[in-house]
Amino acid sequence: MASLMNAMVDTPAIGATFDLATQPLRELNRFLHRDLAGTRAVRVLNPDGAHNIAVGVDAPVDVDIDGHAGYYAGGMNKQAHITIHGNTGPGVGEGMSSGAIHVKGFASVAAGASAHGGLLVIDGDASLRCGISMKGIDIVVGGSVGDYSAFMAQAGTLVICGDAGDGLGDSLYEAVIYVRGSVKSFGADAHEEPMSEADIAALGALLKAAGMSHDPKTFRRVASMRGLYHWNADANQEY
Amino acid sequence: MCGIVGLLIKKPGMRSQLGAWMLPMLVGMTERGPDSAGMAVFTEPLGGDRRKYSLYSGTGTFEWGALCRAATTGLGADSTLSVKANHAILETSADPAKVRTWIKAAFPALHVLSAGRAIDLYKDTGRPAEVAERYDFKKLSGTHLVGHTRMATESAVTPAHAHPFTAGEDFCLVHNGSLSNPYSIRRKLEPLGIAFDTDNDTEAACRFLEWRMREGDSLEAALQSGFDELDGFYTFLMGTGNELALVRDAFACKPAVIAETDEYVAISSEFRSLAKLPDIRNAKIFEPKPEEMYVWRAS
Repeated sequence: MASLMNAMVDTPAIGATFDLATQPLRELNRFLHRDLAGTRAVRVLNPDGAHNIAVGVDAPVDVDIDGHAGYYAGGMNKQAHITIHGNTGPGVGEGMSSGAIHVKGFASVAAGASAHGGLLVIDGDASLRCGISMKGIDIVVGGSVGDYSAFMAQAGTLVICGDAGDGLGDSLYEAVIYVRGSVKSFGADAHEEPMSEADIAALGALLKAAGMSHDPKTFRRVASMRGLYHWNADANQEY
Repeated sequence: MCGIVGLLIKKPGMRSQLGAWMLPMLVGMTERGPDSAGMAVFTEPLGGDRRKYSLYSGTGTFEWGALCRAATTGLGADSTLSVKANHAILETSADPAKVRTWIKAAFPALHVLSAGRAIDLYKDTGRPAEVAERYDFKKLSGTHLVGHTRMATESAVTPAHAHPFTAGEDFCLVHNGSLSNPYSIRRKLEPLGIAFDTDNDTEAACRFLEWRMREGDSLEAALQSGFDELDGFYTFLMGTGNELALVRDAFACKPAVIAETDEYVAISSEFRSLAKLPDIRNAKIFEPKPEEMYVWRAS
C-alpha cells in the first residue's frame, strides 16, 4: 500500500489526489491498477502533458485530470470514467474497451485508435486519423476532425458535429460515421447514405450521452459501399 | 524521434528572458532527443558591414587566443572574439567570403556553425541539459530562437549532425521526422555549386529552402516549393533574421503544439515542454495544421 500512503487521500476509500508536479506518474498508475480498494474518484493535478496518464485502468472509478495530457491518455481503458480538463496529445483512449473518456479541449492525432468499446467525447476538434481502425468504440467530436478520420474503421460510431477533412472513412468496414458539417473528401469506398429512423434514434442517444444538443436530423450518414470487401480481378489496377 | 522548440518574444523589454524561458522547454524535450542538442538564437542585427560567425572547435583544447591575434591581422583590427568552452563568436566587418576562406586555410580544425548579422548557433552531442549548461543557454537573450533535441535515426551522432542546420546567412532549420528524397534534393543542388557538410537528410531541406530564398523567393514562397519538392515526414521549424516559421507535412505524423500570449509565441513538439512557461494557463494553445505555413515576425 506504499502508493496509497503517498497519495493524498481526501476521504479514505472515496477520493484520492495525485499531484504529478511532485509525484511520479507510475505512482498514480500503480494506484489505479492495484490499490483503489473502493476509491471512487481520483484527481490528477499538474498533468502538464505527461504521457500515459491513467492508462490500463480496469475499475469503475472517476478520474479527473486537471490540465493537458500527453500521448495515450486513458489508453486501454476499461470501466473508468476519465475527464481531461484540457487538451490531449496523440492516441487518447487508444485501445479502450469500455468506460468513458471526456476531453474538454482538443485532441491530437489518432484519438480512439483501434478501440473496441466505450465512449470517447471530445468537446473541441480532433486532429488527423481520429478513430483510425476503430473496432466498436463510439466517438463524439464536438468540433471538426482532420484528414483520414475513421480510416479502416471496423465497428462503432464516429459522430462529427463540425467538418471532416480529406479522405473521410477511407476503406471503411462496418463502422458508421455521422457528420453535421462539410466533408472535404470521402476516402475510397466511403459514401453518404440516407438517414433512417434507426440512425436518428441511435445518433440522438449518442449525442445525449455526450452532452451535445444538436438535432440528429441535421447530420448525414456515411458508411461503406462494401466495394473493397471482395477482390475484383476486373478492376483497373491503378494504385 | 526528436524534439523541437521555438520561442519568439513579442515585447522588446522581455528579450533578456529568452534563454531563461526556453531552458525548461529544451530540457523538457530530453526524452524525445537525448543524444545531441542545439540552439540558434537571433539577436538585434549588427549594423553596417559587420557579421558574426559561430565557431566550433570540437573536442580537445583549442588555442582561441591564437585565433584572436591572427584575426586582427588577417581580417582587420576591428575583429573581436567571445569564447564559451569549445565555441566562440567571431565578429568582423571583413568580406564574408574572405572570412570563410581565411578560417578554412588558417584554422582547418574549426567548423563555422553559422554566419549572419543576427544568428548565434550552438550545437553539440550530449544530453540537452549538459549542452545547455556548457553554453550557458539560460543567459541567452534576443528576439527569437530555434532549438532541437536529437534522437538520431538516419545518420551518425556527431556535433555536425546535430541540429539546427544553417545555410547562407541568418537562416537555420530544425527537423523532427525523416525525409525520403534527400539525395535527389542534393543531386539537384550540388551542380549549382551548393556544398554539403554532412550526409544528414535535414541538411538537404535546409539548403534547399535557403537556395530558394537566395533565388528571390520570399520565405512563404520557399516553403511552398518545399511542400512540392520535399518528400517524407517532417515538422520543420525555421528561423530567419526576423522570423520564426513552422510547417508540417501532409500526414502530420510528427507532433507540434503552439502556445501564444501577449508576451511570446512558443512552439514545441509537445505541450509538456511548454508547461513551465509564464502565464501558460492563459495562453492560446493550438495544434498547427498539416501543409499550412505558420510565420511569426519579430517586432
